[in-house]
Amino acid sequence: MERPSWAPGEIDLERPSVARVWDYLLGGAHNFAVDRDVAQKTLEMMPEVRGGALQHRAFLRRAVRYLLTKGVRQFIDLGSGIPTVGNVHEIAQAVDPAARVVYVDLDPVAVAHSRSLLEGNERVRVLQADVRDPVSVLASPEMNDLLDFREPIAVLMIALLHFVSDEEDPLGIIAGYRDRLAPGSYLALSQSGFEAGEETPEIRAARSVYERSVTRTTLRDSAQVTKLFDGFDLVEPGVVRLPEWHPEGPDDEGIVAKAFPGFAGLGRKAQR
Amino acid sequence: MTERVDHRVRDDRSPLSPAVLAGAASFARSWATAVIGSSYVPMTRAEVAQHLQDLTEMLVEALYASPFRTAPGYEIGSRLVDAHFTGTDTLGRTVQLLGDDLLAELGATGDDRLQSRLAALQGALSAGYARALRERTLAEQEAIRAAVLDARDQAEAMLRASEARFRAMFTEAAIGIGIADIEGRILDVNQALQDMLGFSVDEMRQYNVRDLMHPEDAGSVWRLYDQLIAGECDHYRAEKRFHRADGEQVWTHLTLSLVRDDHGEPQYQVAMIEDVTDRHLLQNRLRYQALHDPLTGLPNRALFLERLGRVFNNRGKHLRAGLCYLDLDGFKVINDSLGHDIGDQLLVEVGRRLDHSVSGEGKLVARMGGDEFVILVEGSAGEQDIVDVADRVLTELEAPIRIAGHELSVSASIGIVERQLSGTTSADLMRDADITLYWAKADGKARWALYDPERNAREVARFTLSATMPRALERGEFYVEYQPLVRLEDSTVTGVEALVRWQHPEFGRLAPDRFIELAEETGLIVPLGRWVLRKACEEARRWLEEFGDAAPFVSVNLAVRQSRDPELVRDVKRILDECALPPHHLQLELTESAIMGTADEPLEALRALCDMGVRIAIDDFGTGYSNLAYLKHLPVHELKIAGSFMEGLRAENEEDPVDSQIVATLVQLAHALSLGVTAEGVETPAQAARLLRLGCDTGQGWFFARPGPPENIDSLLRGDL
Repeated sequence: MERPSWAPGEIDLERPSVARVWDYLLGGAHNFAVDRDVAQKTLEMMPEVRGGALQHRAFLRRAVRYLLTKGVRQFIDLGSGIPTVGNVHEIAQAVDPAARVVYVDLDPVAVAHSRSLLEGNERVRVLQADVRDPVSVLASPEMNDLLDFREPIAVLMIALLHFVSDEEDPLGIIAGYRDRLAPGSYLALSQSGFEAGEETPEIRAARSVYERSVTRTTLRDSAQVTKLFDGFDLVEPGVVRLPEWHPEGPDDEGIVAKAFPGFAGLGRKAQR
Repeated sequence: MTERVDHRVRDDRSPLSPAVLAGAASFARSWATAVIGSSYVPMTRAEVAQHLQDLTEMLVEALYASPFRTAPGYEIGSRLVDAHFTGTDTLGRTVQLLGDDLLAELGATGDDRLQSRLAALQGALSAGYARALRERTLAEQEAIRAAVLDARDQAEAMLRASEARFRAMFTEAAIGIGIADIEGRILDVNQALQDMLGFSVDEMRQYNVRDLMHPEDAGSVWRLYDQLIAGECDHYRAEKRFHRADGEQVWTHLTLSLVRDDHGEPQYQVAMIEDVTDRHLLQNRLRYQALHDPLTGLPNRALFLERLGRVFNNRGKHLRAGLCYLDLDGFKVINDSLGHDIGDQLLVEVGRRLDHSVSGEGKLVARMGGDEFVILVEGSAGEQDIVDVADRVLTELEAPIRIAGHELSVSASIGIVERQLSGTTSADLMRDADITLYWAKADGKARWALYDPERNAREVARFTLSATMPRALERGEFYVEYQPLVRLEDSTVTGVEALVRWQHPEFGRLAPDRFIELAEETGLIVPLGRWVLRKACEEARRWLEEFGDAAPFVSVNLAVRQSRDPELVRDVKRILDECALPPHHLQLELTESAIMGTADEPLEALRALCDMGVRIAIDDFGTGYSNLAYLKHLPVHELKIAGSFMEGLRAENEEDPVDSQIVATLVQLAHALSLGVTAEGVETPAQAARLLRLGCDTGQGWFFARPGPPENIDSLLRGDL
């Protein structure tokens, strides 16, 4: 049975959480033994996972900084997880203290933690909601109190959509957000994936550990990720391997970057 | 999110030489490469390099400082953690890189004093890093645990709130809600349901759902219940009655839903019960109003037809049924003269008397509208049952009805139909009762008439005839036969009577008695009579041409309605002219009543015809009531004595003295008035002989000839016979 949106979520510390595993991979201590156990097992099979996590976080930083240069001052961070370091509001408000951010996550612990950290910051809200339900998310007071939907807003889906299967209609979810946004708004998106034939047996094994203990994943190739930008004009260089998106230095490119297991892109909602 | 990286730019008053600074920068680059990627640091590579260069310069300053202190090393370790260089490899790589490369980069390899100082700073850096990381880790662990507690509190608060909401919804709902387990044990009921049924929660908990069965429950209610309990359906709706604690009944709309556990097994049943008693009673009242006559309170036409329909649908219950279709006689007069109010009160009293006289199982009195009532008797044994009912009703209505000082006598006419239900329909029954009521009226009112299929068939035939007559005339289905009028004295044919016949395509050859009366009713007699007149005159003209002085006149019957037709004289004249027939070759026969009982106009028409030279005969003389004094003044030439008087003269051996005397008197009367006399219905030689003896002038009848085609007359005139 579907849980009504206002019914309380389950808090089961016996199960690892996506947000806390992610925090551990980024070097945080907002996690429990069960989360670290899964992270370690995954890292043993595929040490690159840690670097991958860092790259998604770095893409977030580069994308937000890019958006700030384009004048965007409103952000919706979907699947924001545990606020480790280098969070969207820190990046944005360092440039413009008036920048506003709404964090959205389903994990009640991540949300509680975020709220306690952000207490007193009038330009940040934390919403506990299922990001797959754009209608409820966009109807929430957290969104409507803080954001001005007549002005451009950047919707961030960082390291998110590999947790959303095709059956769950990611295009429809994105459209749900896109249709509420003013022209000139943006979608920043990154997710794990390979081009056809690149997945190695080691990666498959690591994925299966993760899927067994945490959650299912849906990997997509660059063409599939590009399709997710329906209704957006892709900003140069389009959908590329994560390190290749607006690299900050020569180390972000090269052999390792070329094989990186994940794609990212930034799209701008077309003017009507 | 609270940490702020220290990006302070070092002041330029560095005591270090440019060479040392260059070495420090070179070391910082190596350091950055060694530690980047071990944890997430929210800086670009350039920012990381700058940050590490600052720390390197701080370290180098400490290395050369006087007096030497290890505190900066401690500070550097702490700052690494602040910048989130928290990866497990960071410290190891840093310490190793310091030992391996720093002095070489500074160009101080082999300087034991610096080597010693560096070792001390490495130790301090490690301690500072360890301490900061430990604090950070503990803080983050505490933060995440606090977040868990917050989230749990939040979840519990929401759970409590949601529980409170559900509880409020349950207790405050205006609709009755009850929950029972799958065995039917009632677990909880809300206030609305307690109020509805009049039982407390504790009392309700003593019950099983099946104890709430009501004898009027539709079978489907409990069949669906069994299916729901078995998990075969998830919910159903039904209309259901409940007994209240005080013995009253409650009509409800019930929705029963199945609640399943996580494995899909039936767990609870939830009933939502809405009290619709008021609506039900209102519906009953509306239904009553829709089915009853507001004036008399009797069932109305709709209810009657519904009941009658049911009688036919439940044919197994009763084999026969009967109807009395009743209509007050002269009600319109009462209504018109005394007013509708009196009329209405009269109807109320009549309704009351009907209801009073007809009571009991299987009997229904209904007001059909106006002053029409109907009585339905189900399961009658035969016609007599209904006749008894009708007699009772007529008797009951005999006593005068007193209304507002008026003493009103009413009577009613009743049509009765009683028959087996098989082979008939409710519509047949109604129609036949209606027809029979009409008969009762036509037969004189204040009586009942019993449906008679033969009478009905006759009437239907009459109706069919009258309906088809106009076309029959157009299609030439009528023809004329002629019967000779014979002078008794010498057996000469002096005239012929024209008799119209109808060759009906369905009923065959029809005599005038079958259709003349109908033609009179419909008015078709006028065109038909005119047609016969023309036909006869044409024939008379032919005979005149053929037989000269020996040609007979034609005698044509004139119906009452024709005699009153203002066009009569003109029609006759025109036809005579067109046929070029001398008027004295035409005789018109009228009945006594047509001549006697009329006003002046027809008489004038007769005079006009008489003056024209047309002969006038009184047909069937002696059967009506002739005013003999008046007779003297009438323009009449001939009396035709009705055939009924010939009966007594019929036998060869003896004659009836009365009939004989009557005929003799009629002949004398006619002769006294200078009228000719024709005897009709002469069938035997004895009759002809006696009539001659009595002085009768002319005879007509089978004894001389039956009516036949004009050719027969030709033969007679030629003396062929």
